[in-house]
Amino acid sequence: MSWLRQLLSRRRLYSELSEEIQAHLDEKVEELVADGMSREDAIYAARREFGNVGLLEEKSRNVWGWPLVEDFLSDLRYGLRTLLHNPVFTVVSLLTISIGIAANTAVFSVVNSVLLKPLHYPRADELVALHQTAPGAEGLADFENGLLLSPSMYFTYAEQNRTFQSVGVWVAGTANVTGVAEPEQVRAVSVSDGLLQTFDVPPAVGRWLLAADQVPHGPERVMLSYGYWQRRFGGSPNVVGQTIMLDSRPREIVGVMPKGFQFVDADFDVAMPLAFDRGKVILAGFGFHGIARLKPGSTIAEANADISRMLPIWMDSWSNGPGSNSHIYETWKITPMIRPLKQEVLGNVGELLWVVMGTIGLVMLIACANVTNLLLVRVEARQQELAVRAALGAGWARILRGLLVESAMLGLMGGLVGIGLAYAGVRFLVAMGPSNLPRLTEISLDARTLAFTFVLSVLSSLMFGLIPALKYAGPWSKSTLRSEGRTMSVSRERHRARNLLVVGQVAMALVLLVSAGLMIRTFEALRTVDPGFADPQHLQILRISIPDSLVTEPERVTHVQNEIIDKLAAIQGVKSAGFVSEMPMEGFDSMWDEIFAQDKVYADNTTAPMRLYKYMSPGLLQTAGTKLAAGREITWSEIYGLRPVVMISESLAREMWGTPSAAIGKHVREFQTMPWNEVVGVVQDVREKGVQEAAPAIVYWPPFKENLFGPGPALAIRTVTFVVRSERAGTESFLNEIHQAVWSVNSNLPLASVRTMRDVYDKSMGQASFTLVMLGIAASMALTLGIIGIYGVMSYTVSQRQREIGVRLALGAQRGHVLQMVLQQGTKLALVGVAIGVGASLALTRLMTHLLFGVSSHDPLTFAAVSSLLILVAALACYIPARRAIRVDPVVALRYE
Amino acid sequence: MTKAAQRDLFPGALEMMILRTLKRQPLHGYALAQHIKRTSDDLLQIEEGSLYPALQRLLKQDLVKAEWGTSSTNRRVRIYKLTPAGAKHLQHEVSSFERMLEGITRVLAPGES
Repeated sequence: MSWLRQLLSRRRLYSELSEEIQAHLDEKVEELVADGMSREDAIYAARREFGNVGLLEEKSRNVWGWPLVEDFLSDLRYGLRTLLHNPVFTVVSLLTISIGIAANTAVFSVVNSVLLKPLHYPRADELVALHQTAPGAEGLADFENGLLLSPSMYFTYAEQNRTFQSVGVWVAGTANVTGVAEPEQVRAVSVSDGLLQTFDVPPAVGRWLLAADQVPHGPERVMLSYGYWQRRFGGSPNVVGQTIMLDSRPREIVGVMPKGFQFVDADFDVAMPLAFDRGKVILAGFGFHGIARLKPGSTIAEANADISRMLPIWMDSWSNGPGSNSHIYETWKITPMIRPLKQEVLGNVGELLWVVMGTIGLVMLIACANVTNLLLVRVEARQQELAVRAALGAGWARILRGLLVESAMLGLMGGLVGIGLAYAGVRFLVAMGPSNLPRLTEISLDARTLAFTFVLSVLSSLMFGLIPALKYAGPWSKSTLRSEGRTMSVSRERHRARNLLVVGQVAMALVLLVSAGLMIRTFEALRTVDPGFADPQHLQILRISIPDSLVTEPERVTHVQNEIIDKLAAIQGVKSAGFVSEMPMEGFDSMWDEIFAQDKVYADNTTAPMRLYKYMSPGLLQTAGTKLAAGREITWSEIYGLRPVVMISESLAREMWGTPSAAIGKHVREFQTMPWNEVVGVVQDVREKGVQEAAPAIVYWPPFKENLFGPGPALAIRTVTFVVRSERAGTESFLNEIHQAVWSVNSNLPLASVRTMRDVYDKSMGQASFTLVMLGIAASMALTLGIIGIYGVMSYTVSQRQREIGVRLALGAQRGHVLQMVLQQGTKLALVGVAIGVGASLALTRLMTHLLFGVSSHDPLTFAAVSSLLILVAALACYIPARRAIRVDPVVALRYE
Repeated sequence: MTKAAQRDLFPGALEMMILRTLKRQPLHGYALAQHIKRTSDDLLQIEEGSLYPALQRLLKQDLVKAEWGTSSTNRRVRIYKLTPAGAKHLQHEVSSFERMLEGITRVLAPGES
């Protein structure tokens, strides 16, 4: 326990030591005086003989202590004291650092949660999406999801593969829940056997849907999502075994999936078995998303080879019916392009987030440059103090450490404040984030984020602490006690570090401003694109699905829909109403068809290009504000009369016949064997997949048409989006009247996805506006910090040159000339910074090409505007100190000469 | 004195000289410094102050002990005394130093090999 005693008796030990050393000196002095030396000389001589009293005393003390810890503590105390003595400096630099760190922490937490963390499935790295393309099938290249799987593909892949542990397919849709007070449309996912096994997430209650539930026409079962279980059943554990009316048929609940479980990126309320009927499955029907779990050790390349091997087996094992050629799909050149499930979920959001992270990182660099500047100025002012400390025996390493401890304290305190701000920032980001940003709900500050913040704080402390510390406290520094010559202006060399920082800041700010500028131009370009509908805030839309269990007869379905339109149109303040299978940008899976033109020649065994098709009611075009390019709309009487008529999009008309009007009277058909339909109208192009995607070619069928797949009654489209144009769109009273109108036709019909087209449009712009806001925030931070940086350096320089300027003025220099001189110095820095920044931007903005629309990443207008803005602002930041400089009274400046 | 001269004193040399001096008689710091200076005929110029860190090291290792007392000039001083452990340590150090010195001398001696 001697160390404890030492620790406790240390204060006494130290004072004894001081006393002893003092006694030593006294004795020496007395002896020297006795030898005849004057007292004053004796004191000097004694000290000279003794050596550096302070240093030796410290060395003696260090024998007893933990010098590292003690030095550190004293550095800490000293640092805190100096920080507290300069509240303005401390507050300004703390604010700069903590805002920088907060922004970085917030964005990193998004990057971490969305991009870096594995998906919420067990052993998620084994999960892959069975993505495939079909370059040989013309038109298919537009498929957002590549070529989806058909049920027969699922069977072949599941049974014949060598690289998967399990395979499953799923498709998202909707279902109507009835038997409760108000009918409700819920999000339904239909799953094949093997899908839940592939995800391998155990149910929260009950059991999975298993092979036994996949029997066609067998007992009908269903699983619930956690959310729906809570909402509808209050989380009751007795839910298993109960029945629920889905699309007017009872289904038995077998289990509940746990909280947060999603089918890839799809939220759902209920999950039902697909129950493929093996006997009726054909080759076609490419409508299902495939998911598989790789066997341990299997690679994606092996899995791709495995699928390629199975494709001929698939064609041999199934057919499209008697007389059809199974090997027609060889011309499609179906190619497996399996990708990790995470990539499927994230899409291109990774690029966006890394761009945002990069820009925010640049802001941090600018912030660090600013703090470095502040520290440089301050250390310079403290040179005397440092010199005194060095003279009193502090080693340069000790002084360096002291300065670094000070900057580390700034950095860590900034980090601490930053975490608090970041917490608010993350909530802002989650609220701001586009709703189609995947994994948005998973964003949080976790241990990894906090570690990032800590590392960031330490690194930035080093960055802004090391430069001034090395410059003024290094072993090579020429710290002297001699007072600085008042008469000279500071040498060029002493400004170099600060000038470099300003140039760097301007360059980085330019990069950020250019990227924000490009996003503004992108946004403008997106806004000016005609989406194919008008005045979206006055377009109320809602989805209604009429299951065959509710209305069996197809013609009756169309009549019900017709009646709903009439009722909706009768609501007060409604201009018109109509329906369509899907409004543009609603984001439902599209339907595709081979479309043949009568006057075109198609080689045997080839297929026509795939075209997107929709069903549309009369009045829809007028309601949506979509223009008719030629011809006319299909009429109700044509629909009920099952007349073979069709409308096509302008782009399709131009592609096939050159002009919209040339298409009128031409005939098209689906598949080689179907009857011909007369083109009666050509519709303006609509931006079906969002403003930034080119308008696809579309075929518009009447909502009720002949059953082309064989004998039997005609077919009606059962799930459609109703569109109502009214000034009252979006108001509660209006929505109530809409509900009443629909239920006056059939009270069992739930209304889903009730929103205005404005919501849909904004959502499709979500990514662009998110990028714009993020880059805008980063750029304005950069600009502000840059201005502060230039202003700070210029006013400091001017204050240092005050005497020189005074002399110049006294010798007759014109004030205008002096003003020009100071301005020139500042703008020169800005110009160099702008030049470097333009170079860097030219290289860096290429990284954001995919985020841009309608503007080149080297857009000269943006570059020119941003450069001149920055030079102008820099000149302004110089002007204020320059004005002050020429107000110097030469008499005052020269008084002390 | 110059820094180079100080570097020439190998580590432990000062401690050894302190212990050797204290073996003759207990002394306080100033007297110790004067004695070492005098006996070395000022060949070894030692910063007087550098005694103190060395003394603290010896104190910490219990090789010497210190007591407050009165000097011949009637001042309150701390008088350092060799401990038995100190005496043993000195013996050990001296013999190993002598071996080292002998080795160095042999190498430096001309014409032997």
